[in-house]
Amino acid sequence: MARYLVKRILLALLTLFLVCFITFFAMEAVPGGPFNGEKAKSEAVMAVLNQRYGLDKPVWVQFFNYMKNLLHGDFGVSLTTGRDIWTTISTSFAVSAKIGIMAVIVALVFGIILGCVAALNRNKWPDHVIIFFVTLFTAMPSFVMASFLLLVFCIQLKWVPVFSTSNPNYVLPVIALSLPPMAYITRLTKTSMLDVLGQDYIRTAKAKGDRPFKVIFVHALRNALIPVITYVGPMAAGVLTGSLVIEKIFTIGGLGSKFVDSITKRDYTMIMGTTIFLATLMIAVNLLSDIVYTIVDPRIKLE
Amino acid sequence: MAENYNIPTPKKNPLSAQVNLKKFEKATESEKKQQDVMAPSRSFFSDGMRKLFRNPLAIFSLIVIIVVLALIIIAPIVVPYGYEQIISVNGQSAYAVNLLPFHWSAAEQQAIDGGAKLFPHIMGTDELGRDYFIRVVYGTRVSLLVGVFASVICLIIGTIYGSIAGYAGGKVDLIMMRIVDIIYSLPDLLIIILLSVVLNQYDFSRVPVIGKLGTNIISMFIVFALLYWVGMARQVRGQILTIKQNDYVLAARSIGAKPSAIVRKHIIPNCISVIIIMTAQQIPSAIFTESYLSFLGLGVSLPMPSLGSLANTARSGMQSAPWRLVFPAVMIVLIVLAFNLLGDAMRDAFDPRLRQ
Repeated sequence: MARYLVKRILLALLTLFLVCFITFFAMEAVPGGPFNGEKAKSEAVMAVLNQRYGLDKPVWVQFFNYMKNLLHGDFGVSLTTGRDIWTTISTSFAVSAKIGIMAVIVALVFGIILGCVAALNRNKWPDHVIIFFVTLFTAMPSFVMASFLLLVFCIQLKWVPVFSTSNPNYVLPVIALSLPPMAYITRLTKTSMLDVLGQDYIRTAKAKGDRPFKVIFVHALRNALIPVITYVGPMAAGVLTGSLVIEKIFTIGGLGSKFVDSITKRDYTMIMGTTIFLATLMIAVNLLSDIVYTIVDPRIKLE
Repeated sequence: MAENYNIPTPKKNPLSAQVNLKKFEKATESEKKQQDVMAPSRSFFSDGMRKLFRNPLAIFSLIVIIVVLALIIIAPIVVPYGYEQIISVNGQSAYAVNLLPFHWSAAEQQAIDGGAKLFPHIMGTDELGRDYFIRVVYGTRVSLLVGVFASVICLIIGTIYGSIAGYAGGKVDLIMMRIVDIIYSLPDLLIIILLSVVLNQYDFSRVPVIGKLGTNIISMFIVFALLYWVGMARQVRGQILTIKQNDYVLAARSIGAKPSAIVRKHIIPNCISVIIIMTAQQIPSAIFTESYLSFLGLGVSLPMPSLGSLANTARSGMQSAPWRLVFPAVMIVLIVLAFNLLGDAMRDAFDPRLRQ
C-alpha cells in the first residue's frame, strides 16, 4: 500500500510537471502577448514592460525562472492587473467552492434518494417519472438549463431575486450546478442498487427477518454506493472549481470565469497559476478516490 | 445384414446388464427430421439488431433521428428563405423582427392582402429579421456535422491508441497511459483559444465547408483530435484488458494462433459493439462541446448558425422572445436524447454480458 502510494504520488508530480511544461510552451508559442491589448503601445513601452516581467528572455529561461519561483511558493503577479496570483486564485476559488460544496451536497443527497426510489419501484410510475426527468436533464446543455431556470423562476414567477454581490441568493446557481451531476448519480445509484438487490446476501438478510428499512439502508445501500464514490471525486473537483457557464449566466465572479478571462487576455502568470491549481486538484482528487475505493470495497486491491 | 434388425429381442431380465438393442436401431426418416435445425442460425449482429428493434425506446430514437435528418435535407429545398437572408417584400426590408411563430410583419401583411403568396415563418423570425425556422434547420445541420465528424475523429484515434496500449501491455501500456493522464489534465479551453488565435492568421474562407464554418470549428476539430480521444482510448484499453484475460484467448494462444489472428478473430469482434456504442454516445457530447464553445463565443463564425450559437444569441432577448431560446433548445434536447437512448439501447442489445 505504502509503496503504491509513493509510486502514485511520484507519477502525479511528474504529470503535473509535464502539464506545466506543455501549457507554458503552448502559451508562449502562440503569437501575441499580454501587452498587445486594446491600446497600441510604443516599442519602448513594450520593451520596458517585457523586461520588467522577464518576457524578453528566452522561453527556456522564463520557464526555469517560473518553476523556481513556483517551488518557493511564489505564483508571481498578474501581467494585466498586477495583483498577486495566489490571492486572486484563493479569493475566487472561495466563491466557486462555496456554491460548489452546496451543489455537491444537493446532487449527492437527491441523487442517491431518487436513485433508490427508482430502483425500489422498478418499472412503476415513480421510476418512470424519475428516469424521464433525469434523462431530460442530461440532454440539455447547462447554459440552456440555467437560462430557463432564470427565465421561469426569476423573471416570470419572481420567486427568487437575481443574484448580485450585495444580495447573494445561491438557490438558482446551486440548482443549475447540481442538476447534471444529480442526474448522473441517480442513474448510477439506480443501476448499482438493482445489481445489489439481486445478490444472495440481500435474500439472506430478508430471510433472517430484517426489516425492509434495515435491508435497504444497511445491507444494500452501502454496497450500491461504491460506483457513486468513484464518480464523486472527479465530479466534486469539477464542480468546486466553478462552472464557467453558471458563473457567467448568474454573474458570479468565480474561478471559472477568471480562468477564461486570463486566457483571452493572455495573462501568462494567471493562466499558469489556474492551470496548476486545477490540475493539482484534479490529480489529488483522483488519487484520493482510488484510496477511498479500497477502503470501502476490500475486494479491490491496489497494486 | 438387414434382416438381423428384425430379430426379436430376447426377453429382458430386469436385473441383467444386457444391452437394449432397440437403442441401436437405425433412425427413421421422421426421427432424422427432428435433428434438423428449425430456425436459420443467427449471427451475433442480426441477433443484436432483432433485440434492438424490439426496444420501443430504440425505435423512438431512430424515428427521431430519421425525422431530423429528413428535415435538414428537405427543409432548405422547400423553404424559400436563406439562413442569412433578411426577409424582404418587393425588394424592401419587411421589418420582420422578432415575430412570433406563424405571424407576419405589417409589410408582409400588406403584400399578402395585395395577393402575394408568402411562406409562413414556422418558428417566427430573429432579431435581425431572418426566418428562424431555416436558421434552426441550418444550425441542426452544423451541429450534427460537428458531432458526427468529431466523434469519428475520436473513434479512429482512440480505438487505435487504446488497442495498442491494451494489447501490448507492460511498459508500453504504462507509458501510453501516462500520456493519456497528462492530456486529461491539460485545460481544453486554453488549447482551443490558443489554437483559434493561431488559426486566425490563416485564410480558410476559400476552403469549401470549413471556410463557412470558420476557424473556431477547425480548432475544435483539432482539439478533439488532440485531447478528447483519451476517454475513448481509456475505455477501449480497459475492454481489451478484460478480453485478453478470457480463457478462449489463452486457448487460441496455446494452439499457436498468431497475435494478429487473435486480435482480429477474438478481440475485435468482442469489443466492436462497445466501440460503436461509445461513438454513438460521443456525438451528443461533441454537440454539447460545440454549444458550450458557442456560449463562449468560440463556436461557428457568423452568420452561419449552430444550435448552440442560436440558443446563446437568444439568451439576450430571453424576456421578450423566449421562443427563440425554446426552439434550438428543444432541438438540442431531441437530438442528444435520441443518440443517448439509442446508445443505451444498443448497449443492451449488443453487450455480451447482458445477453441471456
